[in-house]
Amino acid sequence: MSQSVDLDHVTMRFGDFTAVRDAHLTINGGEFFSFLGPSGCGKTTLLRLISGFMEPTEGVVRIGGKDMAGLGPNKRPTTLIFQNLALFPLMSVAENIAFGLEVRGVRRDVRRKRADALLDLVALPGIGDKKVAELSGGQKQRVAIARALAVEPQVLLLDEPLSALDLKLRQHMRSELRALQKRTGVTFVYITHDQGEALAMSDRVAVMDVGRIEQVDTPERLYDAPVSPFVAGFVGENNRFPGRVVEVLDGLACVETAAGRLVARAGAGVKTGDAVLLFARPERLRLVPPREEAVAENRIPVTVTDRAFEGAFALYTLRTEGGTPVTAHLVHTGGGDGGPAVGERAVFAFRPDEAIVLPDDGRAAPAQEAAE
Amino acid sequence: MTEIAPDRLAALAEAQAPREPETTRRRRTAATTPAAERLRSGLTRFYLVLFFAYLFLPLAIMSAATFNDSRFPTVLPWLGTTTKWFGVLLDDRLMWDALWTSLIVGAGVVAVALPTGVAAALLLNGLHARARNIVYALMVSPLLTPGVIIGISTLIFWDRAFGMPGGVLLTILAQASFITGYVMLMVLARMQRFDPGLEEAALDLGATHTQVFRRITLPFLAPSLAAASVIAFLQSFENYNTTLFVKGLDTTLTVYIASQVRTGLTPAVNALGVILIGITVIGAAVYELRRRQALKP
Amino acid sequence: MTTLLRRYGWPLTAVIVLLCAWWVVVMVVLPQLVMVDYSFRPNLLPREIGTEKDVWTLANYKTLWSNQIHLAIFFKTIWASCLVTFVTFVVCYPIAYYMAQVARGPKAGLFAVLLVIPYWVNEILRTFAWYILLSRGGPINEALMGLGLIAEPIDLKQGDLGVILGMVYAYILFMVFPLYTAMESLDRNQIEAARDLGASIPRIHWRVVIPHSKPGIATGCIMTFMLAAGSYAVPALLGSPGSRWFTEIIYNWFFEGGDWPQGSAYAFILLLLCLGFILLMLKLFKVRLGDIAK
Repeated sequence: MSQSVDLDHVTMRFGDFTAVRDAHLTINGGEFFSFLGPSGCGKTTLLRLISGFMEPTEGVVRIGGKDMAGLGPNKRPTTLIFQNLALFPLMSVAENIAFGLEVRGVRRDVRRKRADALLDLVALPGIGDKKVAELSGGQKQRVAIARALAVEPQVLLLDEPLSALDLKLRQHMRSELRALQKRTGVTFVYITHDQGEALAMSDRVAVMDVGRIEQVDTPERLYDAPVSPFVAGFVGENNRFPGRVVEVLDGLACVETAAGRLVARAGAGVKTGDAVLLFARPERLRLVPPREEAVAENRIPVTVTDRAFEGAFALYTLRTEGGTPVTAHLVHTGGGDGGPAVGERAVFAFRPDEAIVLPDDGRAAPAQEAAE
Repeated sequence: MTEIAPDRLAALAEAQAPREPETTRRRRTAATTPAAERLRSGLTRFYLVLFFAYLFLPLAIMSAATFNDSRFPTVLPWLGTTTKWFGVLLDDRLMWDALWTSLIVGAGVVAVALPTGVAAALLLNGLHARARNIVYALMVSPLLTPGVIIGISTLIFWDRAFGMPGGVLLTILAQASFITGYVMLMVLARMQRFDPGLEEAALDLGATHTQVFRRITLPFLAPSLAAASVIAFLQSFENYNTTLFVKGLDTTLTVYIASQVRTGLTPAVNALGVILIGITVIGAAVYELRRRQALKP
Repeated sequence: MTTLLRRYGWPLTAVIVLLCAWWVVVMVVLPQLVMVDYSFRPNLLPREIGTEKDVWTLANYKTLWSNQIHLAIFFKTIWASCLVTFVTFVVCYPIAYYMAQVARGPKAGLFAVLLVIPYWVNEILRTFAWYILLSRGGPINEALMGLGLIAEPIDLKQGDLGVILGMVYAYILFMVFPLYTAMESLDRNQIEAARDLGASIPRIHWRVVIPHSKPGIATGCIMTFMLAAGSYAVPALLGSPGSRWFTEIIYNWFFEGGDWPQGSAYAFILLLLCLGFILLMLKLFKVRLGDIAK
């Protein structure tokens, strides 16, 4: 009971403003798929295009291979979980869940049975007769999911449904949503600006920025092999070193930066002489022991400006001699050695295959903002 | 304005504002001397007594005149207490006819103004800035037009253009043309608190547009529809200026009262007044009590 | 419109648009236009309509200009309505302020109920109550005689005094509620702050309360003036032949003179008068129509 969603060169314009620019991808049946991007990137528009509240300016939306043009939201095999949930305040919980069945003319006793079964599924047995206003935030969340599942949709669309919950509940709901998706096998299309949610739950993620889909990939690949500076900066924390390519050889690029010459994997299209950004993750940086300083690859001499101990990691804020800010996360080994102190000089380094060089297109997400 | 009175009432009674902080109270007494403060509160009380006396004494005197055993409606001189004027009133066929006409007109006005007012509120809600302002101005204009002019224009339009003379039908049309505005304003006020996401959610779950309207939009509007019906009916019931021009040979209760005052005045009119005031006071009391009960946790 | 279509689908949208069109066009705008058109035509027999006699003319408007009595009554109606509006404002301002800013909690609720009750009583009955008060043997005459101010009963319904008193009473609540609504939204701290800065009470009202309450004052004045100028019931019940109101002349043109075009012209003049007053108020208080009638 799950179908694929095809976006075939879909563009959506509002007057002069282009909300979605040539989105072209396939969401497989039974997949947990997320759209990730900052607010205003067009992900909500995309969701409304799939659910039928809007028709694309150009391109075709297909669900299960069928063109959806001209079909309203009530004719599509999708249901949407709204950001504010939009539970009907004047109906009981059971009436809410059974609403989709009611409008399809299902008999009252059958509806009620189905509602109770769904309440069991979302682990809220026996609350069918309660009023919506009596529920807690987490309970409302589950009722909204049960209501959406009641009509047996092929595709379930979720519009940042966890954003109203507190942090703890949010993390709990993540694993529950994931489990529910596996259990029901329904295609989930999830939109969020929270990369933690997207990476933790999804089979695949599409990263969006200003209406454009930057990259569609598994969470691991997005993290390890971003294709654009925006993705590299938006997904996870990253240090960046602007510079110019000196040489490209065997898939490695040598870049002249303010911190010196650094070598890393060359991203697609990186050529000698290009302005580029070199990205190295904080946890990939390692502290170079003094005796190896002279021989280490990709040496970055720095001064420690701040150090915060967080248990498993020690978070270092550093500054290169050229003034570039750098962060490094060192695994706490418990060896009694606290590492360099604030104000001390040290040398950090990274392995060339653990960092990446990407063309500088001027659209990289600001490094600090990305780590939300 | 008329249409918001019950809402205002509710808002007022709910204004259980927190006591003002100690500092402001002290500051105030520091700024004025106790004698000046006493004078001020004394003047305030005097004004309040005067104001409410002004509001209620005329009605009280009119009611009292009903029970005076006099041929004319007056309290002075008091010629003995009687209730015979109620009997006279109840035997008055014209009064019953007029009451019946008023009820028909009132029901007709509600039947026209309620759906139209709801449609108008929905339309305004779906329009954008400029168009919305123009349509809104057109829709509230009858509320700012003198009643006699509404009566006159309705009469000329239907009589001269369609040969429809004054009567119950024209009265309904004329009254509804401005009472719809009141209904629209009340529904619009309620609509402002509506989350359109609820309609989208219902649509998304497979409901047709009609089902969405019946199951989601209408139940949400229900309280305002009930209130609007009552107000529309009362507005129709007490209307005089507009009705006068379009009533033709029919007579509503309000027109009947006015004609009784101008000709053949007896305390039977006061008896009718006492009954109407009684119904009003009881209605207001019941409304207020029910609202207070609803407020209790 | 597309919003409407998306929300309600085309069958419902069609119903909505048709109902609104019916109301605004057929019930409101067309009758007014026909009335105006009518006011520019001579009073014709039905069989003469459409013949060469059926032309546009200003004759009906010239009638008012040349009829000294009607003209006097027209101007009397204007100034008397202004007077009613002003007196109503003066009477209502303190109670509105008291309810909005001074009284709190259950007391304010009680006052609101007390205010609303007479308001639901029929306007005709409210006027009738004053008919009894003002009558020759009525309580006011008795009281005045008791105080020794007059020797024998006077006819209070002669002249405009009775009409004005009755109107103030009848329209009081159309002034109180807009004022109250506007004043209620004023932050109490502003008044406290003004007082703290040493402002006298009149100055606080002049500089803080009244400027804040402008939309309410404008609404109340517009409603009261419109009701007063357009009132038929109060002058008909409380007035005498010597204190006729402009609406009474209009009525007479229709149902005694049988000259509908002439009546329409007078009605249109009354409408223009009210429109002029609305515009004057909006300009005077610098508020927009959107702020009114909320």
